[in-house]
Amino acid sequence: MILVFCELKDGQIRKPSAEALSEGRRLADASGKKVGALFAGASCAGAAEAAKFGADVILTAEAPTLASYSSDAFATLLAEAVKAKGASVLLAAATAVGKDVIPRAAARLGAGYASDVTGLSMVDGKLQAVRPVYAGKAFATTTFSSAVQTATTRPNVFPAAEKAGAGTVEALAAPAGDFKSVVKEILAKAGGKVDLSEANVIVSGGRGMKDGANFKILEELADAIGGVVGASRAAVDAGWGLPHSMQVGQTGKVVSPTLYIACGISGAIQHIAGMSGSKFIVAINKDPEAPIFKLANYGIVGDLFEVVPELTKAAKAMGIGSN
Amino acid sequence: MKILVALKQVPDTETRIKVAADGKSLDPADVKWITSPYDEYALEEAIRIKEGKGAEVVALSVGGDTAKEVLKNALALGADTAVLLKGDGQGDAFAVAQMIATYAKDKGFDLILCGNKGLGGDNAAMGPMLAELLGVAQANVVVKLELGEGTFKAEREVEGGSEIVEGALPAVITAQKGLNEPRYASLKGIMAAKKKTIEELDAAAVTSGAHVSALTLPPERPAGRLLPGDAAGQAQALLQALKDEAKVF
Ligand SMILES: Cc1cc2nc3c(=O)[nH]c(=O)nc-3n(C[C@H](O)[C@H](O)[C@H](O)COP(=O)(O)OP(=O)(O)OC[C@H]3O[C@@H](n4cnc5c(N)ncnc54)[C@H](O)[C@@H]3O)c2cc1C
Ligand SMILES: Nc1ncnc2c1ncn2[C@@H]1O[C@H](COP(=O)(O)O)[C@@H](O)[C@H]1O
Repeated sequence: MILVFCELKDGQIRKPSAEALSEGRRLADASGKKVGALFAGASCAGAAEAAKFGADVILTAEAPTLASYSSDAFATLLAEAVKAKGASVLLAAATAVGKDVIPRAAARLGAGYASDVTGLSMVDGKLQAVRPVYAGKAFATTTFSSAVQTATTRPNVFPAAEKAGAGTVEALAAPAGDFKSVVKEILAKAGGKVDLSEANVIVSGGRGMKDGANFKILEELADAIGGVVGASRAAVDAGWGLPHSMQVGQTGKVVSPTLYIACGISGAIQHIAGMSGSKFIVAINKDPEAPIFKLANYGIVGDLFEVVPELTKAAKAMGIGSN
Repeated sequence: MKILVALKQVPDTETRIKVAADGKSLDPADVKWITSPYDEYALEEAIRIKEGKGAEVVALSVGGDTAKEVLKNALALGADTAVLLKGDGQGDAFAVAQMIATYAKDKGFDLILCGNKGLGGDNAAMGPMLAELLGVAQANVVVKLELGEGTFKAEREVEGGSEIVEGALPAVITAQKGLNEPRYASLKGIMAAKKKTIEELDAAAVTSGAHVSALTLPPERPAGRLLPGDAAGQAQALLQALKDEAKVF
């Protein structure tokens, strides 16, 4: 069995989890295996939706003690489920929780782990993963030597394809005993927009924005085309009041949107490390020699303070983002 | 209190990546090695705890002789002692976790600080694996850390904000940018470090879980297109191209 740990948000499967589950289904079809989707929480209402993404079995661990995320409790739960089901592959999306729990579960299982992968396949009955390394300057193929193989899938890379599965629901027991650590509080940022790592369209600003207040024109463009706003490290570190959570790059978020628009960003390797996986890259920069143009599918040499408002205006006129 | 800081030596990001003749490893010829930046936050946090409430700080790296540079720097910054576990520190995170767990298990560390990921390899895995192997608590991608009596409270980054994790010590905490501002080594620190020795031990023999079987360079991105005209014309042309050619909208 290929077991996929899935996260729920407001009673729905999170998109990155649906992507991981779909990929699990694809791998299972290629290797004649079954797919299990595993959920845990105080309530797993909404887990049935996993059948839509190909789950043969839906495993739910529902208990008051699982209301808040706990690294050790969830890792134990996952590892025990892998053993109970005789699963050979354990997957999850490379979200904050996925990247926290899967390596811990892997260690418990004595299993190898490939993180934040952008490609998966089954070779001779075993998982094989491809992942970007060295700031996106190379791709590493990871081959496993352990009986159980684990990986987290980078959000926005694998399609969440609908494919009906039997979706037989089975209850799992929650791990007993004292949890070593527990999440006590969630400090949500105002705005509540999609996180950069999951965004389909990103409009990013760099030092060329000159001031934090000027990010308003990026917000307006993002709103017009259905995107969210990111930033370079130079912009985040400039003391303009931009939070680190907006930073794209090696020491910020790694993003893979369909469209990435870089405004007033030169294209330093550490920035590229975070966004080179974008499908389409647009650069708006007044310096025609800026390295970002080497990466861009479309380039606009010009003053961003003129071009960005024109883009917003044209997007509204063309009715882009309204569908 | 006893703190272990795990420091990984990694290729500088500016390094031009060349694949070695074996087709699966990095050609080390022109690589400039640095301490992984996240590990600098981990070390800084350890030194601040030492300065605040008193602690013994042990810096550890798994690697070859070159990794001594990382440890010398850690000593100059304020680590009390340094340990080099001689072994492959660049490969599988699970293998490295087992080596460090074998070293750490009977040493009574209250806190183990790591980076949230080693730059370049980007496994982001050694910390949580080590926590499991040692049977202790963990908090990952931490931007704020408070220690109580045998407890910790950590703020960690998650999608759309952050969350507070509380747990018992001992614990493995992995550092994220924002945790602190790392200091530079002082001349006095550098001089003092020269007098200290780095303990060298052979890393335990371990079974790895995964390995890199091929390293390839990404395909060249197709040449881009510059959009001509004035701002309004460029804007129009871009959206049209995104719609018709790229089919983004
Ligand atoms: C260890 C380490 C980690 C790092 N991590 C990251 C990271 O995660 N993310 C990151 O982004 N960086 C990171 N950096 C920093 C990185 O090296 C660059 O310094 C940074 O990306 C530069 O940001 P920028 O492109 O906004 O600024 P600059 O390089 O200063 O570029 C500004 C650009 O704006 C253009 N411009 C100015 N005015 C206008 C205008 N009116 N209209 C159009 N264009 C204009 C200029 O031509 C220029 O190209 C890291 C560095 C190190 C050493
Ligand atoms: N060879 C190593 N020596 C010491 N610490 C390491 C080593 N490899 C990984 N680490 C620690 O584990 C963290 C995560 O590394 P990684 O899982 O490789 O991304 C690093 O930031 C270090 O703190």
